[in-house]
Amino acid sequence: MANKRIIPVGPYHPLQEEPELFKLYCEGETVKDIKWETGYNHRGIEKLSESKTFEQVFFLVERICGICSTSHPFAYANCMEEIAQVEPPNRAKYIRSIVGELERLHSHFLWVGLAGHFLGYNTVWMWAWKYREPVLDLFEIISGNRNSYAMFKIGGVRRDISTDQIKLARKIMNELKKKNDLLTGAVMDDPVIHARTKGVGILTKQDVMDYAAVGPTARASGWEIDVRRDDPYAAYDMVDWKVITAPQGDVFAKAQVRLLENYESIKIIEQCLDGLEKEPEGDIEVQVKEIPEGMGTGRAEAPRGEVFHFVKTDGSNSPVRHKIRAPSYVNIATFKKSCVGQTISDATISLAAVDPCYCCTERMAFAYDWHTGKKIYDGNQLVELSKQKTQQIRNNA
Amino acid sequence: MMDKQTFLENIQQQLPEGVTGSQIIRDKRYMIDIRADALTEIARYFYQNLKFRFIIASAFHSKEGFEIMYHFSDDTSGNIINLHVILPEEKPQIESLANMFSGANWIEREMHEILGITFRNHPEPEKLLSDGNWAEGVYPYRKNFKS
Repeated sequence: MANKRIIPVGPYHPLQEEPELFKLYCEGETVKDIKWETGYNHRGIEKLSESKTFEQVFFLVERICGICSTSHPFAYANCMEEIAQVEPPNRAKYIRSIVGELERLHSHFLWVGLAGHFLGYNTVWMWAWKYREPVLDLFEIISGNRNSYAMFKIGGVRRDISTDQIKLARKIMNELKKKNDLLTGAVMDDPVIHARTKGVGILTKQDVMDYAAVGPTARASGWEIDVRRDDPYAAYDMVDWKVITAPQGDVFAKAQVRLLENYESIKIIEQCLDGLEKEPEGDIEVQVKEIPEGMGTGRAEAPRGEVFHFVKTDGSNSPVRHKIRAPSYVNIATFKKSCVGQTISDATISLAAVDPCYCCTERMAFAYDWHTGKKIYDGNQLVELSKQKTQQIRNNA
Repeated sequence: MMDKQTFLENIQQQLPEGVTGSQIIRDKRYMIDIRADALTEIARYFYQNLKFRFIIASAFHSKEGFEIMYHFSDDTSGNIINLHVILPEEKPQIESLANMFSGANWIEREMHEILGITFRNHPEPEKLLSDGNWAEGVYPYRKNFKS
């Protein structure tokens, strides 16, 4: 690679919200090879998990990722319920699926926005993120948080969804359908987006099978896999929906799959809301007394693909080994296929096409006035402010 | 729908030599114990003939030595089949699967870094997570590691 010029993207780069380094080895405009360096953000979550109790692990794995913060608790709950041999009540299953699908909706909207931004098409970015807001509001009304919802526990969920909230969710879903129509139209019919994404960053079915890629990355290359259908959990086998695929494998196909998946998510949520109305209120968990010795594997279909958790227990109250495989771990590696041979300007959107997970949403503890050095808010005041805001949203809804 | 026992027996009959035991963990979850030297052939059979998808591998340090679970998914039936290998405490070594499918590339590099297991003939034996700032020969997921 001696004659090739290296273009670094990262470790801190305006395009990537998370520290990671892509080295593009280029000849002229063409990317000839790509290398990836990571570890800037390694937090040792698997090791930390061994020092937590089974219930505490929920809060830990929720913080792996800020965008898909429910996928990890979802897979972990499936895993622990496998070990404990319990099944949550139907109402809890519906609530789990609703939370999971709301997350997919907001994550896909976020991706479409980011993809627009990477292409220099900022109108799509602003629109998509505007339409994503009502979903986050709904989360705040249901769980009290826009992110990190803390809804899951072994044997069920922590909070019920009330009749008023069901009504509101229906209203938001109806509106969201129209917004998704608008956005799908804007992306599918736009000549600029066609020109920038069709035939760009192609992954063949053989490529995705080789890299064991999952989620929309695999489905956009014609590989029809979806854990929700293949190994059903929560309420996914109690509702009617279909797996969206596209054969082309380019960036356009990935956008198409995600936008069409939004409709399926809305369909699932609406059916789950119907289901909730038939189940008795308050029946949201079964008691789990102890976790026996054994091992379990749990998976859940996150917005980016299959999340996989493996837990080994020894009869005590914390895991002996907790292995976590996030979907981006296998999806990011496909860059070697999608970026090589492209021009540098297409490499960015090819990198973004797998929706690499930016797993460190920043959290703030204090706000300072830089001139006087005086604290404006401390942690408790911020919590108080956040509670007031949630109450305000609930009152206005 | 095939019975659990029949499913496991069917698979075991087709597999190349090297299986030392098997177990139905629960519905849709199976574990097959194999000898370390038989891994490549059995994984090849899973990947090429049965079209199983490699999910990931989980390694851990136990009383027996170093144990690796290679998790494979049969997406047509929703089954997870775990290939279980035990490596000796002294010089843990096993053949790399990354030449067969690239999905194994990163996880093998990671297992090498956190537990010190050597993967023979790995196509890209470089560091994945710890480039630059971890001490050589320190493996944080080993039992005797003190933080």
